[in-house]
Amino acid sequence: MIEALIKFLCAIVWFLLLSLYLTWAERKESAVMQDRVGANRANFFGFRILGLFQPLADAIKMMTKEDFTPAFSKRFLHNLAPFLSFFFVAVTISTIPFGSHLMIGGKEFRLQVIDLNVGILFVLALLALSIYGVILSGWVSNNRWTLLGGLRGSAQLISYEVALGLSLIGIIMVFPSLKFSEIVGFQSELLFGWLPKWGVFLQPLGLIIFLMAAMAESERVPFDLPEGESEIVGFFTEYGGLKYGLYMFTDFMKVLIIACLLTTLFFGGYHVPWLYADGFHFPWGGDWLLPHGIVVLFQVIMFNLKVFFFCWLQILIRWTYPRFRYDQLMDFGWKFLIPLSLFNIAATAVLMSL
Amino acid sequence: MTTRIQKEARKESLLINMGPSHPAMHGTIRIMLELDGEKVRNSEVEVGYLHRGFEKTCENKTYFNLLPYTDRLNYVSPLINNVGYVMTIEKLMDIKVPERAQYIRVIMSELSRISDHLTALAAMTMECGAFTVFLYYIKAREEIWNVIEKTTGARMTTSYIRIGGVRTDLHPDFKTDVAKAMKVTRDVLRDVKGLLDKNKIWIDRTRGVAVVSPDMAINYGFTGPCLRASGVKYDVRKAHPYLVYDRLDFIVPLGEKGDNYDRYMVRMKEMEQSLRIVEQCVEKIPESVPEVKGKIEPAEAIKASRARKPDAKIKLSPNLKGSEKEKYPSILTDSKGVKVPPKEDTYTGIEGLINHFKFFMRGHGIRPPKGEVYFSVEGGSGELGYYIVSDGTDQPYRLHLRGPCFHIVSALEEMIKGHYIADVIPTFGSTNMIGGELDR
Amino acid sequence: MAVFLFILLSLTCIGSILGMILSKNQAHSALYLILAFVCTGGLFGLMSAPFIAAVQIIIYAGAIMVLFIFVIMMIDIRKGLSPERKKWILYPSLGIGLVLIIELIFILSNTLVPSKAGTIESFGSPKTLGKVLFTKYLYPFEITSVLIIAALVGAIVLVKKKEEK
Repeated sequence: MIEALIKFLCAIVWFLLLSLYLTWAERKESAVMQDRVGANRANFFGFRILGLFQPLADAIKMMTKEDFTPAFSKRFLHNLAPFLSFFFVAVTISTIPFGSHLMIGGKEFRLQVIDLNVGILFVLALLALSIYGVILSGWVSNNRWTLLGGLRGSAQLISYEVALGLSLIGIIMVFPSLKFSEIVGFQSELLFGWLPKWGVFLQPLGLIIFLMAAMAESERVPFDLPEGESEIVGFFTEYGGLKYGLYMFTDFMKVLIIACLLTTLFFGGYHVPWLYADGFHFPWGGDWLLPHGIVVLFQVIMFNLKVFFFCWLQILIRWTYPRFRYDQLMDFGWKFLIPLSLFNIAATAVLMSL
Repeated sequence: MTTRIQKEARKESLLINMGPSHPAMHGTIRIMLELDGEKVRNSEVEVGYLHRGFEKTCENKTYFNLLPYTDRLNYVSPLINNVGYVMTIEKLMDIKVPERAQYIRVIMSELSRISDHLTALAAMTMECGAFTVFLYYIKAREEIWNVIEKTTGARMTTSYIRIGGVRTDLHPDFKTDVAKAMKVTRDVLRDVKGLLDKNKIWIDRTRGVAVVSPDMAINYGFTGPCLRASGVKYDVRKAHPYLVYDRLDFIVPLGEKGDNYDRYMVRMKEMEQSLRIVEQCVEKIPESVPEVKGKIEPAEAIKASRARKPDAKIKLSPNLKGSEKEKYPSILTDSKGVKVPPKEDTYTGIEGLINHFKFFMRGHGIRPPKGEVYFSVEGGSGELGYYIVSDGTDQPYRLHLRGPCFHIVSALEEMIKGHYIADVIPTFGSTNMIGGELDR
Repeated sequence: MAVFLFILLSLTCIGSILGMILSKNQAHSALYLILAFVCTGGLFGLMSAPFIAAVQIIIYAGAIMVLFIFVIMMIDIRKGLSPERKKWILYPSLGIGLVLIIELIFILSNTLVPSKAGTIESFGSPKTLGKVLFTKYLYPFEITSVLIIAALVGAIVLVKKKEEK
């Protein structure tokens, strides 16, 4: 019980801190892409350090702003909506494995808060529930524009949920389990004797579909018409202060969760190629034996590196492309991604029976 | 007060207001949309939020005084407005402009045109979500504005062109600065070409949206890039050449279908042509008069003038640099009474003082002969025309601006009919509506 | 622990259903129903059928109720419509309600005896469920899918007719 609590605390602190610094990463990466410097003024007693205090400054600013509810709207629902968004996305971190086991004093701790039998479905269910934050906020603000934004946002989210689920069926067929730890375990086997059996090598099409559907789920450019700031000005217009901060934060948490899912399902999670429980065993001969703690450390570092890489990739895609128009977005989801994922399932089935 | 669309709308459609304060309505304009789901069934455009009474104000100002007002019309390409106004007066009074001044005017017009197109496309792409492209365009615009600032003294409201020529000569490092600005602009254009030209998302967004047929364009009175995107070949620089455009070699790019993508492409190609024009001008421009050595301070010059040696060459203060008396023949006309006399004459001789006094005095100064005149130049958005009626006094009796945006925005209602609400934004951005020019 | 969770979930479920029936505002009713579905999912999880729990939440609470809320919000009724009240309906409805309660008591009295089925590890696992669904319950499965497609096509036909009008 205590163990689960400690693990949850570690996971959630890692998650929230990383989401916070994802805002910093986004600002700096977009600045590099756009030939400018980015935010670097926030300082702490004169130390600027590349603007690393900027997220803290943002958090303080959001917390100290006025918390208002527009007239003619229900107070309780207005407060509930950002909480729903935030809560359901934050809980998904509890199923992601950070490492294999850690042996402290003879007892074995799994580096995963909870290892559900239906891990993947749990994550999908929670992402489905986070749609309610969008709808509720759009409706409760008593404003035509936000209502439009909320409805369109949720329509987009439920459309791409289908593609998301279908793209994962291929993975479930290849690694026959729904548990995250078992999927990562399957990925540490070797294909052809030297290639680790990562999802990307077995399901490249599934990866592409999942990436696009997941980016649509996180409602970032090029899929961000519902919150299109310069077009219909989003569904969170009537929110200020910390509630608005929660929405923005949820955006980055979704980016992080998508990166975690990508690494766990397609890129081997915490698995370092050719690293086993006692050290490296390279396929071309040669071993490098390591103590257990170092092995776990390598795994955790590798997991973090992969997650950072995918966050970087999503930020890159966000700042490059213009946005889709709404009907093109729905066309893309229904008429392109779903048939493609069905084809992927069929092709996987055919190839597996060979 | 119910507007037309409120009376005409059907009961079940949604009336939505893209109000004057909207992030995408640059320059404040109000579009009321009658929506049927996502499609725009009908719309009404309401202009006039930036009406400042320019034409009425001009009736109370002398011809020289109202030059700064013309900057603020199309405020992203101010030099073209200046040129248009000044050339109208020159046509009325039949003033000849020295050749170097003409080349300088062409260079400044083309630099302004490039910055106008950069701003228009930056706004259009940013509102479609391509934020990086916006910042690339603004970077190029910054370089161009640096060049303009070094010569004219201001980035945006320059008031540089004078009746009979220009205010000062180009600054000494002009060639290198312009070469650097052009290189940055060419790099930016190449990057944006790679990012957007064949980008499926961009093409989906802009192809086939708000198609304007050539007949419709001519009927509405389109000019400029919007007309050329529909395939009609009309450019004031080629049809009625003014300044030195007939000696320069450039082509006029045309579009095919007249949709948003064509308007974007025509502007991109026009920017390349403007860069070519600037390069040719910088090569062909006649040399300026070299600076005279051995100038003396103003106090000594006054003493020297009292001792009847009035030809002393005075060292002017730094913000009058470039307008020394020896440079005047190359940048300003010889006609008397239409230009501010050089400061060296004003402060050292009685004739200069009287000329200066009479130029600025109410009732005297520039007094064109009675009559009316219309002259047009190729502005950033189209044919920018000035119509002046003079009654012989030093204030115009009537001054009317033919703003190209007005005619293009009048077609906006028909352009967005039947399209989605998300198409309104790129359509509106591609018309390059500038509030100052639209509402005067 | 499990008993505590069970009591919590079932009380929340019953409370939200009562809230759904008694609330006058449609949007509030829909929200209460969502809460009820989530609690039902939780109850499924307690009965060691995690797959059904997740699927219940994904499909019911995550997709179907979203569509309900779409419709409610697009129609945008401020105050709830109160149902027609006819005096004579009260008595037959009370009678039917009583019959239903007696039936429920009969069913519940059979299930209050703990059964052995929930103790198999693979009881609700996707593997067993899939096997059973495609062998023993194949016909109901396929016929249900045909039924859903029929509903889908019918909805589209109705909307199309309205557009042509």
